[in-house]
Amino acid sequence: MSGRLATGGRLIDRSRALEFTFDGRRLTGFAGDTLAAALLGAGEGLVGRSFKYHRPRGIVAYGPEEPNALLGIGRAGRFEPNARATQVDLSDGLEAESQNRWPSLAFDVGTLNGLAARVLPAGFYYKTFIHPRPFWKHLFEPVIRRAAGLGRAPRHRDDDTYEQVHAHVDVLVVGGGVAGLAAALAAGRAGARVMVVEQSAHWGGRAPVDGDPVDGRAPDQWLGQTLAALEEMENVRLIPRCAAVGVYDHGFVLAAERLTDHDPGAPGPRQRLWRIRAGRVVLAAGAIERPLAFPGNDLPGVMLASAVRDYLVNHAVFPGDRTVVVTNNDDAYHTALALVAAGLRVPAILDARAAPNGLLADAARAAGIRVLAGHGIAGVAGRQRVAGVKVCAVAGEGAVVEEIACEAVAMSGGWSPAVHLWSHCGGRVAWDADRAMFRPDPAHPPRGADGTAMVIPAGAANGRLSPAAALAEGTAAGTAAATGQDRIDGSDDPTGTDIAPVWMMPQGAGPALRAKAFLDFQNDVKVADVDLAAREGFESVEHTKRYTTLGMATDQGKLSNINGLAVLSQALHKDIPAVGTTTFRPPYVPVTLGTLAGEARGDLFQPVRATPMLGWHVEREAYMEPVGLWRRPYCYPAPGETHEVAVAREVNAVRQGVGILDASTLGKILVQGLDAGRFLDMLYTGAMSTLPVGRCRYGLMCSEQGFLIDDGVVARLSDDAWLCHTTTGGADRIHAHMEDWLQTEWWDWRVFTLNLTEQYAQVAVAGPRARDVLETLSGDIDLTAALPHMHWTHGTLAGIPARIFRISFSGELGFEVAVPAARGMDLWQALLRAGQGVGITPYGTEALHVLRAEKGFIMIGDETDGTVTPRDLGLEGMISKKKADFLGKRGMERSHLAAPDRWRLVGLRAADDSVLPEGAYVLDAGRTENGQRATQGRVTSTYWSPTLKRGIALALLRHGPDRMGQSVDVSRIGAAPIRATVVAPCQYDPDGGRMHG
Amino acid sequence: MLRLTCPCCGVEADESELTQGGAAHLRREGPGSDEAAFEAYLFLRDNPKGPHLERWRHSYGCGKWFIAARDTVTMQVFGTYPAQGSGPPPDIAARMGGRA
Repeated sequence: MSGRLATGGRLIDRSRALEFTFDGRRLTGFAGDTLAAALLGAGEGLVGRSFKYHRPRGIVAYGPEEPNALLGIGRAGRFEPNARATQVDLSDGLEAESQNRWPSLAFDVGTLNGLAARVLPAGFYYKTFIHPRPFWKHLFEPVIRRAAGLGRAPRHRDDDTYEQVHAHVDVLVVGGGVAGLAAALAAGRAGARVMVVEQSAHWGGRAPVDGDPVDGRAPDQWLGQTLAALEEMENVRLIPRCAAVGVYDHGFVLAAERLTDHDPGAPGPRQRLWRIRAGRVVLAAGAIERPLAFPGNDLPGVMLASAVRDYLVNHAVFPGDRTVVVTNNDDAYHTALALVAAGLRVPAILDARAAPNGLLADAARAAGIRVLAGHGIAGVAGRQRVAGVKVCAVAGEGAVVEEIACEAVAMSGGWSPAVHLWSHCGGRVAWDADRAMFRPDPAHPPRGADGTAMVIPAGAANGRLSPAAALAEGTAAGTAAATGQDRIDGSDDPTGTDIAPVWMMPQGAGPALRAKAFLDFQNDVKVADVDLAAREGFESVEHTKRYTTLGMATDQGKLSNINGLAVLSQALHKDIPAVGTTTFRPPYVPVTLGTLAGEARGDLFQPVRATPMLGWHVEREAYMEPVGLWRRPYCYPAPGETHEVAVAREVNAVRQGVGILDASTLGKILVQGLDAGRFLDMLYTGAMSTLPVGRCRYGLMCSEQGFLIDDGVVARLSDDAWLCHTTTGGADRIHAHMEDWLQTEWWDWRVFTLNLTEQYAQVAVAGPRARDVLETLSGDIDLTAALPHMHWTHGTLAGIPARIFRISFSGELGFEVAVPAARGMDLWQALLRAGQGVGITPYGTEALHVLRAEKGFIMIGDETDGTVTPRDLGLEGMISKKKADFLGKRGMERSHLAAPDRWRLVGLRAADDSVLPEGAYVLDAGRTENGQRATQGRVTSTYWSPTLKRGIALALLRHGPDRMGQSVDVSRIGAAPIRATVVAPCQYDPDGGRMHG
Repeated sequence: MLRLTCPCCGVEADESELTQGGAAHLRREGPGSDEAAFEAYLFLRDNPKGPHLERWRHSYGCGKWFIAARDTVTMQVFGTYPAQGSGPPPDIAARMGGRA
């Protein structure tokens, strides 16, 4: 059982004991502990259940590579699932719970999956999805859904806040170990703006734990002096608890900083996302130790050798009284020596190499540790934690030559440089056979805007494992990065070349042993699974990864990728470089959704565009709907009124009296210049250059393909100026469309465009009493015969300078009054007062829709979807036949756009006068090639018409206009089709007498 | 996230300030063009692995369109220039090494 020594621990403060709970049990740790250290110190070896087989799992690692110890932290609005215990700083009162176990951690029903492992082989999901289907639906899925999955999603709103900040630096150093700090020092001294991010709470990396001297000094001494020198530099910023998670184009780096996780209750945001633009990145992210694949290597108590040493030196935490070390390289001897120095027992070092010698092996022997060369592990005794190891010859098939009782196993399969950030943006890696590792390939770096390498790897991240090499390469990289160089002359340090690659232990293990040797602890992928994938023909490493799920868990295979790759290469009888690697993608470590969202939540989720009258609508308790970034009133329910009743009342008011609508959101683009008419003739399907001053004309805009993209009324303001109204959603898009053509095609035309949408408030006054209301506001404007339909004028209304357009989207006598935005509220109030006597009624977007649908007027986005032409909508009359060219003219000539059997606009009336379902299809006889029911049209708009007291609908129907009076079947979900009659789109006042009156 | 210098206002802009507009220097085909030429104008685009001329708009800045000469693999930027023209200026063409 793991525990805490009475003395020691360079990072802990024994005077500050912290209480925390794990699955409800009260435990104690010390300030300076991570949750993982505190759990091990409290003797908690079992921290979770594996994903697939629900095997008991313990803490394996010390850093972000930890695959097993994923815990739920906190409660309610501060609950976070899947937190890695190795990266959670212990705080007083912290609540942690294990995941993926049911009903309890010690007794888990899902363990049966382990017994049934033979029916859950590699590719299980793929195989089962295919056949037999009923098995999946009724047998596998319910069971797997209950038992599988990692933590549970939080149920509460997140109580914490998050922020995002930008930083611009010359040199970003990733990693605060010897190489990173040396780089920062060199770059800082060269005068560069430097930022150093370190994912853990502590500086120095492995050096203080391993104890080798740095620059001739004790590592802690070097560290203290270096940090002091860095802190004095104003151009250097050191940020601990900050993980660089992704490297993107042109030196863009995202880093996630944990601000108050270690100090809950402290003011300020919980986490911060740094958006960094760096001139050069020094990658000093270190290396990650690899596990060894031997039978039973996933039992709690089996840990990485470096992690054992980290817990021991930093926290005075030991994994058990007796620890067997198993290794294929020298580095793990550090762990054996550290354990013995702490007074713990190391019954044996099992070294896969035939003849381990050198300083560390000698030191181990001198310390009295038994070194068994050429030996490995054939099995681990124990059910829920290690009780002993079965020793075998590495070269053989696993015959047990000896059993050694122990409580822990420290394993080392060598080191893998943390090349992830090098690879994110195109950097390639090369196999270093001497060190059995993939290293950054300097010939294929990720490149920046100027074509040079934007990342310079240094130290262990570059595969150079000694402190001396880290110091040399870090210094060189810092200098290079600060002086415009993009590479360094790497160190030729030989550390790590003592490794003997062993990818399965014992090497001759048969299927039974290979099925117990785990590669990916989090996703439960074993050596046997990769073997099976290879046998089934998966030769590509990318395919094998997806088939077996190797490396696809939340740790992204930090421990498993290289071992899995090596096993695959052996199964395929290929060299490791020939098999290749999978692609590393951001984020390097998981980032909370809160951090990614930053401040963009609640009221700050997105900007809201407000018309000058928005306050009035809100005060009036209008039911609001989002239209793009605008908020528009859908309807204005009176107390006790349903939305349906309110809409009907508003429609009736417009038809019988007068209504007003806040139309300020309509796009208003001024197009002016000597060539403005010519330009608008190219943009609209109709002719705008011939429009007389003082007149309005409805216009359609098409894409080059010939499809309708926007519509609106254009008013000619003067000889050289036109005001183009667009749809609410189209204003910015159409303005950009205009600028595109002006700037990139007709750049010699003398035209300016200006988006004036927000400069004007606009109110539609519609209904038979509309003129009466406006005349009450006196002013100097003649609104009678002097202003016919589709004309505009200007003057003063209620003391406000106004432009009045006589246009109608409702089919009634209609005016739209535009005033400077600042006077919009004055106008609105004046209209309400003036119309009081005639029951003036504010109406919302839904009444607007019903009114226009009764008239058969189209709405961009309802009747159009990007594949509809003006001709489809019966708007041939809007297409100029005289113009030689306009955008979309050639496109509309394409055979399928001109084809006679296109779906074209009609009205539909249900046989029972009900409202047809939205989005319904008009059914055709027979079936399509895909076996689906054939269709011949679809409903584009459908409403209850309070005017006609029945349902009305617009639809696109094959040969529609030629089929008036015919009956068609309209689909309904969950009900028989409904009969409808084809009618004209305009179902109210077809001759337009009301509008022109 | 790319960073491009707008040749109109001189701002070094993050990609989030910009809108990408596809291949540059297309020749517009209007009425009278044959089917093949019109199809090519509307739909057929090179998808080069390497140097590429593409349209960008400084949407959240000065609003101007410009052309960027960029390597689609390495993200190297050979230069940016105004949209009013039919090809890259000589210095940018030279940096691209005649590869586009």
